[in-house]
Amino acid sequence: MRYLPHTPDDIKEMLATVGVGSLDDLFKMIPPDSRRQRPLDLPGPLTEWELSEKVEGLAANGGGDWKVFVGAGSQPHHVPVLVPYLAGRSEFLTSYTPYQPEMSQGTLQAIFEFQTLISRLVGLPVTNASMYDGSTAMAESALMAQRVTKRRAVVVSSLVHPHWREVLSTYLAPMEDVEIVTLPAGADGRTDFAPLKSVDKPAVLLMQSPNFLGVVEELSKAAEAIHAAGGLLAAGFSEAYALGLLKTPGSLGADIVFGEGQSLGLGQGFGGPTLGLMSTKMEYVRQFPGRLAGRTTDKNGKRGFVLTLSTREQHIRRSKAVSNICSNAGHCALTAAMFMASIGGTGFRQMAQVNLDRAEYLKAELLKAGFKPLCPSPTFNEFALVAPSGFAQKHEALKGKKIMAGLSLEKWYPQFKDAWLFGATETKTKADIDAFIAEVK
Amino acid sequence: MSDKCQCTPAAECGLILNEDLLWEKGRPGRSSMSVPESGVPAASLPADLAGDGPNWPDLSEQEVARHYTRLSTWNFGVDTGMYPLGSCTMKYNPKINEAMANLPGFVNAHPMLPAEATQGELQLIYELEKYLAEIVGLKASCLQPGAGAHGELCGMLMISAYHRHNKNKKTKVLMPETAHGTNPATAAMCGYSEIKVPLGPNGALEYATVEKLMTDDVAGLMVTNPNTLGLFENELPKIIEMIHQRGGLIYGDGANLNAIMGYADLGAMGIDVVHYNVHKTLSTPHGGGGPGAGPVAVSDTLLPYLPGPRVVKNGDKYEWNSDLPLSIGRLHNFYGQFRVLVRAYAYVLSLGPELKKASALAVLNANYIKEKLKHAFDLPFDQPCMHECVFTDAKQAPNKVSTLDIAKRLIDLGYHPPTVYFPLVVHNAIMIEPTETECKEDIDGFIAAMLQVAEDAKNDPSILQNAPIKTKVQRLDETTAARHPILTGDMS
Amino acid sequence: MKELNELNLPTNVKYDADHEWVSPGAPCRIGISDFAQDALGDLTFVEMPEVGAELTKGEEFGTLESTKSVSPLMSPVDGKVTAVNEALSDDPGLVNRDPYGEGWIVEVELKNTAQIDTLMDAAAYKAHVEKESAEH
Repeated sequence: MRYLPHTPDDIKEMLATVGVGSLDDLFKMIPPDSRRQRPLDLPGPLTEWELSEKVEGLAANGGGDWKVFVGAGSQPHHVPVLVPYLAGRSEFLTSYTPYQPEMSQGTLQAIFEFQTLISRLVGLPVTNASMYDGSTAMAESALMAQRVTKRRAVVVSSLVHPHWREVLSTYLAPMEDVEIVTLPAGADGRTDFAPLKSVDKPAVLLMQSPNFLGVVEELSKAAEAIHAAGGLLAAGFSEAYALGLLKTPGSLGADIVFGEGQSLGLGQGFGGPTLGLMSTKMEYVRQFPGRLAGRTTDKNGKRGFVLTLSTREQHIRRSKAVSNICSNAGHCALTAAMFMASIGGTGFRQMAQVNLDRAEYLKAELLKAGFKPLCPSPTFNEFALVAPSGFAQKHEALKGKKIMAGLSLEKWYPQFKDAWLFGATETKTKADIDAFIAEVK
Repeated sequence: MSDKCQCTPAAECGLILNEDLLWEKGRPGRSSMSVPESGVPAASLPADLAGDGPNWPDLSEQEVARHYTRLSTWNFGVDTGMYPLGSCTMKYNPKINEAMANLPGFVNAHPMLPAEATQGELQLIYELEKYLAEIVGLKASCLQPGAGAHGELCGMLMISAYHRHNKNKKTKVLMPETAHGTNPATAAMCGYSEIKVPLGPNGALEYATVEKLMTDDVAGLMVTNPNTLGLFENELPKIIEMIHQRGGLIYGDGANLNAIMGYADLGAMGIDVVHYNVHKTLSTPHGGGGPGAGPVAVSDTLLPYLPGPRVVKNGDKYEWNSDLPLSIGRLHNFYGQFRVLVRAYAYVLSLGPELKKASALAVLNANYIKEKLKHAFDLPFDQPCMHECVFTDAKQAPNKVSTLDIAKRLIDLGYHPPTVYFPLVVHNAIMIEPTETECKEDIDGFIAAMLQVAEDAKNDPSILQNAPIKTKVQRLDETTAARHPILTGDMS
Repeated sequence: MKELNELNLPTNVKYDADHEWVSPGAPCRIGISDFAQDALGDLTFVEMPEVGAELTKGEEFGTLESTKSVSPLMSPVDGKVTAVNEALSDDPGLVNRDPYGEGWIVEVELKNTAQIDTLMDAAAYKAHVEKESAEH
């Protein structure tokens, strides 16, 4: 086997040093009641060529070649070939968490730069080295707000991605005293803050903007409402490109920002791995989960970087740690940093504008084709429309052409009858959109 | 230096180039990414919502390429050299796995596509779940958790859900002293306080001790087997039977599964749920921090509580099943770290039943190192180990040489240091895990380097106390970094 | 680490087994011993109770952090916190440099002044440290 380097002679010599007769004898300490009685029932071993054929066959039988006109938490975007090329360097890819700073300055400087670029994107000064994904970053934001405010109640907008709200429920399930209060959607496709008034001592309001309907929320009003109630605003996003054109959540009053960074140079990858983003204010740093890289100097006064404030983390504070997170999405964060460095601030803004233009064009063409707006508010990349009759059948029929014509919203929002979510990014050209409209008509 | 030390890949003079921070480079208006013309009418957002966009530096493609290439040269990976980081299983990361994970069909697959569009992805998930259950001898598995600690959380949430469903009032969890920090942190997230279980004199759990601590309000035991001292917990089946009888469940921490594939049967032991760290056992790259993936495998008892949705096979079609009334629900944006799991799938198929041999060689390498080093370094538990062995600095301490100094000296000799100061139950621990992919010559080179360090500690401790001297930066000031944290660069 | 005979163990304070010291008289101050600060290494953060908090002998009232450890501060007496050493927020290293002076941690109003008499004097504390080190 090509990954197992020991020759029979090596094994013999090493066994002699150890003083046992065979490889199996190394496992004599395993008592019979814990011992495996039957061989591993697995296919293989496959040669490299057999393996490629098998896995390439699976990929060919997968969804990678579909034309998808919706995001719903996962967006197709162009990625310069430079990014995966550099990210594939094994010095980055095959290293561990940078616990020995002298041997991992590359990773550490890259994390420090990542933290800085994300902080500039969201408008809050402290960013961690990543969480698993957007949904877990949101759940951790709720837990963090509970610690900061020493309160329990969690309030979430119903216009946050439904999957992310499911993850929040999963995380909070053992806390039998905590009820998750869900704020309804208003007719304008934005969160209705009115019921917040009746929540006793809310720790946090969790928002997403643009929300699941693509609508840009009024975060300053959200901040006003939750701050008046003594809680924190945690504001999230699933489409980072929106921040190329919008005000930062930090500047609008968010105390915590969580987000999904998949748009920053990461493929859709059937949903993972992607990149959980999380930022906050300096005053809350001791309740902030995740790894942090910090700048310092070495014994000769040279600039260098280390992991810092580790006393918050599980390997030191154990049961009193702010989170159990250990491995995060480090390599996805590195990839995102490479992407941000590649596109630059100027390019990011231009590309965000292309996204907006293309999506608005798709929206306008669908309206011409008989769809009706669900709500009048401004949107980015995605939007919800009420479909003309017969569209559901058309949606089914288009699957035969490997086209996913939007996503029905009724499963999560029964009140939005016949409403569908659509979207387009810079990967859909005018010609793509025109061809799609011709199919939908 | 002995002749053998010739193979120590010590650094010579190095070609270490300096490199500025990203925002210290570039000029506004440069770009290394093409932006297409929109080709459609320009749209705009209302002025009250519009912002300026992020102040990121603008760099050319070559500037970006050089920046990250230079940074990479300050890093050390498994491809650079031996990385015997105990408890982290830094084995070789096969390149075919990367190629498979980067197939455009997988990279571009939208997770919200209907099942009929993603039969290939669903088949891979379905088969890997089957294989992972088979390897540990349990009933089923689920790939959704995002990393090892997330798998732990998944496992403990399932145990919590089980007890709540059965109206069992449970508030505590038994926690051996050797546990990774993630175990008590995870228990706390599920509302459990910990009862610390001391070890017996041979470094393993003892039935009598656990039996005395077991009470009716104990939800279960979190146990790593082999434990973090690299020792097999051989009283475990008896302990588990007792806990099961008294209403508790068993969480198995799979951090050390690389030691026992094909040799131990977690189902027979009585484990109810175990997580995998795929970056350890199943060879996926750690990427300098992640992403990992933390699949869990379960017994019959916890099967109904697995996260959802689940892939099921109906005839020759794969489908999603969301009708899971007892499921703890969703734990991830979508279905887990899919492209990490593609790598794990490729690895399992590459070895197949030979995974057993991988474990055997991992254990052989560790025992060989233990035998060769036990005269030079203090070995607190001198008995056959599994995939890792734990030494201390006790023999070097009288010369004012610490575990940290030993670690830093190894850097100058071209090795990543072992895990240091863990497990906490051993004072000043040095925990070595070679893994099975290191060949005998490289293991011998590491042993020679360790013996060299022990000699240096005797003859000239200052060599260790001043190490490393060959790296770009040396002994960074972590105290100032923590007292006055600088976590971002220029925020203007 | 300092050798036993290098430790500074002033005789005008009393010690408890968890390595805190208490200064008799009013105000009554609490800090950590030279042995404790040396064992913990450079401190990076001191988490202190709020003024007005009630301390209970043997219970945790704060934490001391170094880069790689967190240690609880255990109260040697029962009492009410009347002041905390604000200077430690900016410079936790004061505890390392001057553990019995500028590095004090809290001031308390004792519930029962006689409780101080039950604590160890310098000689007894030195013997305690010696015994603990030998056991290690």
